[in-house]
Amino acid sequence: MTAETIIQSLASGLLMGLLYGLIAVGLSLIFGLMNIVNFAHGEFLMLAMYAAFFLFAFFAVDPLLAMPFVAAAMFIFGAAVYLLIVRFAMRAKTNVGMVQIFATFGLAIVLRGLAQYFFTPDYRSITHSWLGGKTISILGIYLPVPQLVGAGLSILAFGALYFFIKRTDFGRALEATREDAGAVALVGIDQNRVFALGWGLGSALVGLAGAIMASFFYIYPDVGASFALIAYVVVALGGFGSVFGAFAGGILVGLVEATTALVMPPSLKAVGIYAVYLLVVFIRPRGLFGSI
Amino acid sequence: MHDVTHARRRRRDLIVAAVLVAAAACVPIFVKDVYAQNILVLTLMYAGLSQSWNILGGYCGQISLGHALYFGLGAYVTAILFTKFGVLPWFGMLTGGVISALIALALGYPTFRLGGHYFAIATIVIAEIAYLLFLNWDWAGAALGIDIMVRGDSWLKFQFVRSKLPYFYFALAFAAVAWLVTWWLENSKWGYWWRAVKDNSDAAESLGVVVFKSKMGAGAISAFLTAIGGAFYAMFVSYIDPDAVMSFQFSLLIALPAVLGGIGTLWGPVLGAAVLIPVTELTRSFIGGSGRGVDLIVYGSLIVLVSLTRPDGLLGLFSRKRKEAVR
Repeated sequence: MTAETIIQSLASGLLMGLLYGLIAVGLSLIFGLMNIVNFAHGEFLMLAMYAAFFLFAFFAVDPLLAMPFVAAAMFIFGAAVYLLIVRFAMRAKTNVGMVQIFATFGLAIVLRGLAQYFFTPDYRSITHSWLGGKTISILGIYLPVPQLVGAGLSILAFGALYFFIKRTDFGRALEATREDAGAVALVGIDQNRVFALGWGLGSALVGLAGAIMASFFYIYPDVGASFALIAYVVVALGGFGSVFGAFAGGILVGLVEATTALVMPPSLKAVGIYAVYLLVVFIRPRGLFGSI
Repeated sequence: MHDVTHARRRRRDLIVAAVLVAAAACVPIFVKDVYAQNILVLTLMYAGLSQSWNILGGYCGQISLGHALYFGLGAYVTAILFTKFGVLPWFGMLTGGVISALIALALGYPTFRLGGHYFAIATIVIAEIAYLLFLNWDWAGAALGIDIMVRGDSWLKFQFVRSKLPYFYFALAFAAVAWLVTWWLENSKWGYWWRAVKDNSDAAESLGVVVFKSKMGAGAISAFLTAIGGAFYAMFVSYIDPDAVMSFQFSLLIALPAVLGGIGTLWGPVLGAAVLIPVTELTRSFIGGSGRGVDLIVYGSLIVLVSLTRPDGLLGLFSRKRKEAVR
């Protein structure tokens, strides 16, 4: 194993990690806002990937152009899921933990079933996108262009999100609600609206990730499952509810995955991620940057 | 006075269970269709599995979404011992159960300290690690799995060629034993503690240490029984691979009957399995080929509906009526 291969795989690990961060940040945002884990997060990603695929297949829209549309559609979808399902799940008086887990879990299964039924279990891919299949070489390291652009967009999205939370009224309302939902209700901010917008925003972010990933991953009904698990690991590592934590957790997971793939068979690369996750959670249950 | 009604209720539960088992034992006299018998075996197996899950997930409130680990271990240990060393499945079953219980104890120590969602995600991750390891473990058959050859047709070898009925009776016994263990635990010291700390963090604080130990015990019992179910399944289908016994789908299928029927209740898993398994199997065969997702849509919607409208599960439909009648 030469230094070159190590740098090469760490570089692609970093790119993938930035994408993992973008996939996970919506999950973290929603959790921070209302203490609920969306167990259908992976299926949201799957839907976004299909949206990008169909925009390409029917209207020849490149995934890069489709991104804002996919994100907007996912915003509406996420807000609707809150208003139609999650809102009611939060009202449970008995078996609260079970209701919160299984309400979104059931939704995940339904979405997967619907995807199998309407889109068939076939593997799809976007064949001729602007970015697909291209690589560039920087200082002798070969980087795939789609991942590179995805990583860049992830950094932009995180920057925009940070600005949004700190500088806009809605962002402040979001922060205030996660601090103290009761007091927020007292000053006249409609908590339900903030929650719905939070779900919309979180889903729009995973929509962005899905549109980017559609140009270099196979698209099939179960594609969300494996990424969802990685997203939970990212969020738990970084600390549930922390935006920066999702960013850092994503990078860490990307690097750990790349390192594991160097020393173990590629099919076992996820084991490295999971092992690091367990180690961190056992030592520090709130994650690296979690404040809860 | 209260004790008297309590004791009476428990005796009544026991009688109802005995009548149900006796009635179920007679069913094969009338149902000769192999396909229908197959559904019955699966229903009983999942009733037992979910009852085992319920001990930890329902009574202790530790929602595990990784029971496929114990199910798969039971299946693998039995299959490996039988095919590679000729060890009778009965011993394999017990060995798998003991190994699973020990693993549950080892995992319980770090995981029970994690709160709700964190615990659920940790269990998924742990089961996924085991799944990936078995998928890559050549000696254990890796992705190709293990084909359990027919070596006999007897209870001793736990293989039945001419009639599948013995499998039915074993599944019935398995479900009955899991029910009986729960029935007994419900009235034990542990059962009282679990009820006391459920949704009451103050009580949880003061009972902390003893409850932690009792949860470890519950985890071990739950894992042991789940592994017995896995061992049975391996012999029943006579072919296993990681996807067939250790995938996340099983973790879900083991938890669902309890969730639908009534989590943390004695009869919930039985009721849930009796509704869920036939519904899934029948939709799958009526609406046609697997992989079309209709079964997923049906039970996914069921889960959403039940968790939103009946957090107590389908069993809540009965107990509400009964309470009103008493009043």
